[in-house]
Amino acid sequence: MQEMFVIIIGAVFINNIVLSQFLGICPFLGVSKKLSSAVGMGVAVTFVMALAAIITWLVQQLVLVPLGIGYLQTIAFILVIASLVQFVEMVIRKTSPDLYRALGVYLPLITTNCAVLGIAIVNIQKSYTLASSLVNSVANALGFTLALVLMAGIRERLEDADIPKSLQGMPISLITAALMSVAFLGFTGLL
Amino acid sequence: MLIAFISLAVMGAIFGVVLAVAGKKFAVEIDPRIESIQKLLPGANCGSCGFPGCGGYAAAIVAGKAGFNSCAPGGGVSSKIAEIMGATADSNEGERKIAQLLCAGGLEKASFDYKYEGIKDCHAALAQYKGPKSCKFGCVGMGSCTKVCPFGAIKMGPEQLPVIDASLCTGCGVCVENCPQAVLKLAGVSKLVHVRCSNKEKGKTAKDACTVACIKCKLCEKNCPENAITVIGDANGSVAVIDYEKCTNCGTCVAKCPAKTIEQIMPVTELCKPANDQPDSSNANCATCGLCK
Repeated sequence: MQEMFVIIIGAVFINNIVLSQFLGICPFLGVSKKLSSAVGMGVAVTFVMALAAIITWLVQQLVLVPLGIGYLQTIAFILVIASLVQFVEMVIRKTSPDLYRALGVYLPLITTNCAVLGIAIVNIQKSYTLASSLVNSVANALGFTLALVLMAGIRERLEDADIPKSLQGMPISLITAALMSVAFLGFTGLL
Repeated sequence: MLIAFISLAVMGAIFGVVLAVAGKKFAVEIDPRIESIQKLLPGANCGSCGFPGCGGYAAAIVAGKAGFNSCAPGGGVSSKIAEIMGATADSNEGERKIAQLLCAGGLEKASFDYKYEGIKDCHAALAQYKGPKSCKFGCVGMGSCTKVCPFGAIKMGPEQLPVIDASLCTGCGVCVENCPQAVLKLAGVSKLVHVRCSNKEKGKTAKDACTVACIKCKLCEKNCPENAITVIGDANGSVAVIDYEKCTNCGTCVAKCPAKTIEQIMPVTELCKPANDQPDSSNANCATCGLCK
């Protein structure tokens, strides 16, 4: 139990996937203009990361390790994640049109989200059990959602702020992201 | 080496088969009418119908949420859509609508209660004693509509009133929904006469707040040959309102209005000819959808 708690706190705050590990920067900057879409993206990523953690762990332990082809991990995981996202999209579309509309364009976008692949590989590198992998993935996804929602909140306020012309748009967003990253450094030593 | 090839190929094949089976099993049946209507539409995704792209409009038609004649670049497409839907098209052949501002109380004409220096947002300004202008019905002039317009058709003019570029406006209505004072309204491009006031207070109070306010004299109502303009009242008071269905642009009310509240704008004569023309931003009937390229 304590180990799970350490994993969760570590993944959400100390090693925040966006602000400390710098994975998933593309959706972090691309989908953080509006709070509602940031939440939608966060939910979709959480969903896919949890599923991907289970499947990639099984593929690693049942296929790659027994056959002695661990060096193919990255390619195999990309294959798994890409098919998984497609599959999940089909199932959701059929079973829950409401959820499908809510996730919208963000679901297919996750196929190319390096954060999903990154966490799948980290799970293996740290030799987590299946349960720990799942917890770590969900916690990382929550950290991603947290970073995205915070960023979206700030950017919505920046819309009304009086920003020098040369900094308007992407420059001020990157500065904001850098300051948030520095702020999250403060969590180091929490555990 | 061989194991690596085979195992990856097998994994790929398994995923492929699973996806193919899932594709069949979880196939969602889409109403075939949506697809056939979408094929009829021009596919410019210009948004002038007010729906997200031609696909969105097709889905809205089948769902019964949209009329057949909202496609501006599509021209005579409405009768064909009606055929698919098993109905007859309305006679009104899809006139393009553009947003009109029902307020003329700019910096010079309106009087102010106080000077507002907060953030530039109409909703924020309204939170302070219902806005800086003495008229509590008119445009706040903080330009919230310029920010929401997806086509960049609204700019703030020198009088701190939004100026709508008829050549860029597609009539999507986003500004109308987002205006906290409800002083923006959609009207057909052929409609040239507009009441530029929304103040519902009594004549003298309105006149004190703004030099071009409607004073409810009802001269327009009495003189209109088509009975198209009426001074409509509710709990807050009354103001002259034009029924665009009946208005014939005769201009009688414009001449009669003592407060110069009713304005007649320049007509737009040329029509969009998508087949052999270039987008022409000076032609106010061009939705600049780029279809003619």
